[in-house]
Amino acid sequence: MSDTTQTATTGTNMKTYLVNHLREYGLLLALIAVMVFFQITTNGTLLRPVNITNLLLQNSYIIIMALGMLIVIVAGHIDLSVGSVMGFVGALAAVLIVSMGMPLLPAVVICLITGGVIGAVQGYWIAYWQIPSFIVTLAGMLVFRGLSLWLLQGQSIGPFPREFQVIATGFVADPFPESWGMGLAALFGARAINVLAIVTGIVAAGAIVTLGLRKRASNRQYGTEEEPLTFFVVRNTVVAVALIFITYKLASFRGLPNVLLTMGVLTIIYAFLTENTVIGRQIYAVGGNEKAAKLSGIKTERLTFLAFTNMGVLAAAAGLVFAARLNTATPKAGFALELDVIAAAFIGGASMSGGVGKIVGAVVGAFLMGVLNNGMSLMGIGIDYQQMIKGLVLLAAVIFDVYNKSKRV
Amino acid sequence: MQPLLEMRAISKTFPGVKALDNVSMSVAEGEIHAVVGENGAGKSTLMKVLSGVYPAGTYDGEIHYDGELAEFKSIQDSEARGIIIIHQELALVPLLSIAENLFLGNEIAVKGCINWHETTRRTRDLLARVGLSDAPTARVEKLGVGKQQLVEIAKALAKDVRLLILDEPTAALSESDSAALLELMLELKASGVTQIIISHKLNEIRKVADTITVIRDGATVSTMHAKKDEITEARIVRDMVGRDMAARYPDRPRRAGPMLMEVDNWTVRHPDFPDRFTIRDVSFNVREGEVVGIAGLMGAGRTELAMSIFGRSYGRDIQGDVRMRGEPVRLRNVSEAIAAGLAYVTEDRKSLGLILDDSIQRNITLANLNAVARNGLLNEARETQVAEGFRKSMNIRAPSVFAKVMNLSGGNQQKVVLSKWLFSGPEVLILDEPTRGIDVGAKFEIYGLINDLSAQGKGVVMISSEMPELLGMCDRIYVMNEGRFMGELTAEEASQESIMSMIVTHNESTQ
Repeated sequence: MSDTTQTATTGTNMKTYLVNHLREYGLLLALIAVMVFFQITTNGTLLRPVNITNLLLQNSYIIIMALGMLIVIVAGHIDLSVGSVMGFVGALAAVLIVSMGMPLLPAVVICLITGGVIGAVQGYWIAYWQIPSFIVTLAGMLVFRGLSLWLLQGQSIGPFPREFQVIATGFVADPFPESWGMGLAALFGARAINVLAIVTGIVAAGAIVTLGLRKRASNRQYGTEEEPLTFFVVRNTVVAVALIFITYKLASFRGLPNVLLTMGVLTIIYAFLTENTVIGRQIYAVGGNEKAAKLSGIKTERLTFLAFTNMGVLAAAAGLVFAARLNTATPKAGFALELDVIAAAFIGGASMSGGVGKIVGAVVGAFLMGVLNNGMSLMGIGIDYQQMIKGLVLLAAVIFDVYNKSKRV
Repeated sequence: MQPLLEMRAISKTFPGVKALDNVSMSVAEGEIHAVVGENGAGKSTLMKVLSGVYPAGTYDGEIHYDGELAEFKSIQDSEARGIIIIHQELALVPLLSIAENLFLGNEIAVKGCINWHETTRRTRDLLARVGLSDAPTARVEKLGVGKQQLVEIAKALAKDVRLLILDEPTAALSESDSAALLELMLELKASGVTQIIISHKLNEIRKVADTITVIRDGATVSTMHAKKDEITEARIVRDMVGRDMAARYPDRPRRAGPMLMEVDNWTVRHPDFPDRFTIRDVSFNVREGEVVGIAGLMGAGRTELAMSIFGRSYGRDIQGDVRMRGEPVRLRNVSEAIAAGLAYVTEDRKSLGLILDDSIQRNITLANLNAVARNGLLNEARETQVAEGFRKSMNIRAPSVFAKVMNLSGGNQQKVVLSKWLFSGPEVLILDEPTRGIDVGAKFEIYGLINDLSAQGKGVVMISSEMPELLGMCDRIYVMNEGRFMGELTAEEASQESIMSMIVTHNESTQ
């Protein structure tokens, strides 16, 4: 008798928990479903080591910018200029390095600072003059598109020196003895195995599970809403297996791309910044209710200003990666890319009205878009259909959010 | 003669509150009928019942209009019968022209195409009737508040008004504009328009009203006729406030320690209209353990005073000095105000006090995040401990500190806001309408908390529109009206009559 009541309550708990967190699971499930779908329709091309590596390289600059965009959106704003700023900084890098022959390090530093200054100027008008961010960054989008055309005189500039290309196309050297890799390769029947990549995958998976367990323990101590054990186990297994699987695939190609490392480190930093620091919490407060935040002593203008400055730096970093990957700076670089970045943040669960959204969500959102792009290209679907499908996916994700919210309240 | 309007035994209940309790009033054709009462007495609710904002069926009682039972389902219904209400906040579209506003939703059109000649001609006529000579094409935003009020009346005339309801029409007007408006009311009366005016300004009412109905606590207290009865302000005031102190207030030993905060000659201008003073030359002080009240009607400038002190969150060209324990302090922004030991609990907790979508915990720590962080890194375990502590000590009723505040009741939300400000470690708390919109039980708890604060030696400044609450809680009461302090009363001197007459006297003297 008591057993049935027990199960019944757990059952409803699991159900309410699922309803409340449908968004997070839904996103993960959607990503997996899309990957499985394309894996089948492309006869296994999607998950070939070389394609996985490509997928990461192709989406790296979108993910880097999505980190900044998420913060801007959480703060209650939008940045339409990131594509143009990215293109402009790529052009600047080409002029400094290729045309003027400047050494790499100072050139990279100048580019990042330029991005920061651009973000700061836009942020200044938005934060201290209360000009809508839509307008300021729409203007910025046009201005910097024009500036890169002017800077490049309408031409493409390239190629970059090898050391610069490495930013995007290089791989992290394997510090482990070659014999280990040979041994593993023999074991799995592959040609060669990059031990570092495998180790990184296992360590990362282990870290995610350990952190999850620790969070669970502290949640229990303070009586926070707890993820049902089944969900916890399934979710962590899926994530851990996926990580190890991906790194194994990478290991059997050329190892860890430099860009993956950059992306990974940045993601961890920004996830930490948004969730565990005072400044991160204050940004959510500004987006959640700016007036209440201001009356609580939070310097709302300064945070908005910083969010845009940060966005500028990240757009510059993405510009460098993009230029390095293409090995040339073109006036068309970054065209309409801001829309992919914004879409990634919204698909990842950010709210247009601010105050809601997670870094990891934006990264997964960007990957989802990336896999869609890549998979549809592999299938030979025309760019016309690709655009339509991506648009509908964005709309569906947001409708799902709104519907979910209206049902919960 | 049969009255134009008769409201019989109207009762209206909101969840937990009885806003109207058996109100009856009768308005004769062609008269000006004044409805007076304190804030929250139920005047506006009564007018909303009359105009169909609260449709028939959501209230008890009967409305007889023009000799028949009226059951209005919406404002459109009542407007079709010639009942037009002009609200305190004007409902004009600032960027449209006068003509466009006059016929908004009521356009002179054939098959959807507006006849501009006819519109302009009729606009001229209507403007002439209310004594305006502005061009029909002038944009409403370019007009002053006084003229906008007249445009509102012209708009009512455009709809063939029979019963015009004016809700505090002169509240935002200058004296000459007010005088002009009252003059117009008398003219309209002469041309046969019946009018109901809601106002706090007794001198104005005495000037125009034929009949006065006083409402208190949702019930009709008295009806006076200018022709038959002798109407004095003293009598109106007594009827307005004459309730007995039914609510109970927890006892507190009255003690006043050393001086905590002094504000001298505080003057603030309106943020949008720099030539208008919102606060003029206000000085007050709070001692340790004291609860000081600020009484006044809505729009007296009490919230503006508090917010301008709290880190210049309101107004411009702020002048005056603030001293904490004798030391001058600078309060240029909210963080400086918090650092100086001030806390301001807003009257509008939903839009200014809370992040509704966030948890109790995140709301409580928001104003003092550094206390739960080290080197900018949040310690969430510590944060939860703090929030848990407040949940217990303030008796916040919620499943856990992770519950979203939007799901809490008004009283519990208020406790979250209070917790937030207690956690910021203030010496002086300014509480703006701390019990607005919360039920009686929670009110009592809030009063208890205020007494606890006083016992801890904190200074409390309490702004409230509920006079019994101020009388029950405060050691001293400042009376504020139209941006100035009218005077100061000790607990012994203060009574509802003495406060109300201080306010009313001023309205009289400015005429």
